[in-house]
Amino acid sequence: MLELKGIAVSNGIALAKAYCLIEPDLTFNRVEVLDTGTENTRFKNAVATSKLELQEICEMAEHKFGEEKAAIFSAHLLLLEDPEMLSAIEVKINEGNNAEYALHEVSTMFIDMFEAMDNEYMRERAADIRDVAKRVLAHLLGVTIPDYSRLTSDVIIVAEDLTPSMTAQLDTKYVKGFITDIGGRTSHSAILARTMEIPAVVGTKTATKTIKHGAPIIIDGANGEIIVNATNELSEYYVTKQKAYEDEQRDLTQYRSLQSVSADGYAVEIAGNISKQEDVDTVVKNGGDGIGLFRTEFLYMNRQELPNEEEQFAVYRAVLEKMQDKPTVVRTLDIGGDKNLPYLKLAPEMNPFLGYRAIRLCLDQQEMFRTQLRALIRASVYGNLKIMFPMIATLEEFRAAKALLLEEQQNLKNEGYTVSEKIEVGMMIEIPSAAIIADLFAKEADFFSIGTNDLIQYTLAADRMNENVSYLYQPYHPAVLRLIKNVIDAAHRHGKWVGMCGEMAGDEIAIPILLALGLDEFSMNASAILKTRAQITKLAKEPLMKHVEDILMLATAADVEQYVRNHLVVSD
Amino acid sequence: MEKTFKITTPEGLHARPTALLVSAVTGFKAEVELIYKEKSVNLKSIMGVMSQGILPGGVVTISANGVDADKLMETVTEVIITKGIGEEC
Repeated sequence: MLELKGIAVSNGIALAKAYCLIEPDLTFNRVEVLDTGTENTRFKNAVATSKLELQEICEMAEHKFGEEKAAIFSAHLLLLEDPEMLSAIEVKINEGNNAEYALHEVSTMFIDMFEAMDNEYMRERAADIRDVAKRVLAHLLGVTIPDYSRLTSDVIIVAEDLTPSMTAQLDTKYVKGFITDIGGRTSHSAILARTMEIPAVVGTKTATKTIKHGAPIIIDGANGEIIVNATNELSEYYVTKQKAYEDEQRDLTQYRSLQSVSADGYAVEIAGNISKQEDVDTVVKNGGDGIGLFRTEFLYMNRQELPNEEEQFAVYRAVLEKMQDKPTVVRTLDIGGDKNLPYLKLAPEMNPFLGYRAIRLCLDQQEMFRTQLRALIRASVYGNLKIMFPMIATLEEFRAAKALLLEEQQNLKNEGYTVSEKIEVGMMIEIPSAAIIADLFAKEADFFSIGTNDLIQYTLAADRMNENVSYLYQPYHPAVLRLIKNVIDAAHRHGKWVGMCGEMAGDEIAIPILLALGLDEFSMNASAILKTRAQITKLAKEPLMKHVEDILMLATAADVEQYVRNHLVVSD
Repeated sequence: MEKTFKITTPEGLHARPTALLVSAVTGFKAEVELIYKEKSVNLKSIMGVMSQGILPGGVVTISANGVDADKLMETVTEVIITKGIGEEC
């Protein structure tokens, strides 16, 4: 038995035999050519044959995945007609190089150029050029590219990386999962796996070297685990887990288009948390009522410098447009703590979670903060934008942040931009001081979003990164529940709404309590939306409210959990 | 002749809109350049255009020169507007 781990990019479980996609041998020598005319013809013929093949693949892909997904092959065909590339190759051939070498030189130059770009999407396009160049090279060498379209039994594809042309040819009926050596969340195989709703684990680094063709494999796309030659017991465990997952998925799909309403008619909002633009698709697919938390820090990570206004605007706009009129809550930059940006050159701290982070940093480095606010305000006309500030501890902080926002809104108007006049401005409640004086904040903030992960760690004074004190991470601790109640009551007294965007919002035990307390919006990982909606539609809010008083008098988190299990969980 | 456009596709000039633009001009005899941030590339070259990494909101100038430049400009404008790639500035 052998276990591998990679990046989990598409959910699900599959058990099947490994099908290793082996690349044909495309090695060649550099040769000096005297008859450059013949060499040019040889190259042109290889391009022509490649074009015919790509046209076929393009049609196949349109048929299988729809026009949108097949568009990539129209781009591939255009690469084969690209005058810049073709003439550069011709020049190389005319200098006396063989076509293979000329093609390799020129395509490598373009690949390097794309890989050096600071936009992830464009970097991934290097793979397209490589794919097309490989096809032409194969024809020059007279090597056949293997045909993957004739599978006869279920397989899990194992490859270094899946090229678009490989995946278009695959007979998807038999493909139960993907495992690759390289890639990330936006690589071709990841996107395709999510479209096909099959599990995928990428970035395993060694899968093609360690997994033998035909070996039995288990892939768990939820946590990125791969097991080769599993024991019978383990296989049985995964078969059960797979069946449970599939039953649940089937059962949950009926909730996709349903409204988020309790059994006795109280409407709530069940929203998704996102970190990247692409995450929106998953929220939409899972029938999310909105975005309850857009963590913008990921826009700032894995790069060398701050993202500029234009770049941020593009992302915010795309997210808002995809969500249409559904509420989209964007949290301004929450960096510091466990999330560092090397290029900001922040000094290391003894207590980073209590240190210079989030709004504290943004109010200090105003240029950076203003850029984000401007990008957000400009995007506001494309959807239903709400902005919130993280880590607010004092009213002065909230006022200062809001003042900057209003100032930039005015500046943009003076510059001639149209901006939405009804952007709600709210705040995260994650520091106990803010939770305790929520009534004072409620007069000035348009809404609250309770960040339970931090609220719990600050309330119980327990570092959530420290395993030795992990027992203190207690969402049901009476102090946490009382704080939440205080926040919700204070907001409602002032006619404001309250959301929750921590893990607790999707917690089966917490949900009945939160519903009873009057929480208006539950925001969670997109994959938990349908499950939560299923639970809430079965719960009646009014009978639950009768338990609130009793629950808040319980002494320990364990008592709360027991109480909920005994009295509030609907068994179906 | 020259015309200036603002790119409005949510992702900027990704593969799909670029493919539409390049296909639209490929059949013409005229030479056509796309200028973005003072860098000029051949609009008939998909790699050239994509290498510009044009973001939404980006302002590009298309400049055509040759016998059928008028017709080319007319076609490319139509594609940009009707396919929602951008708007005239």
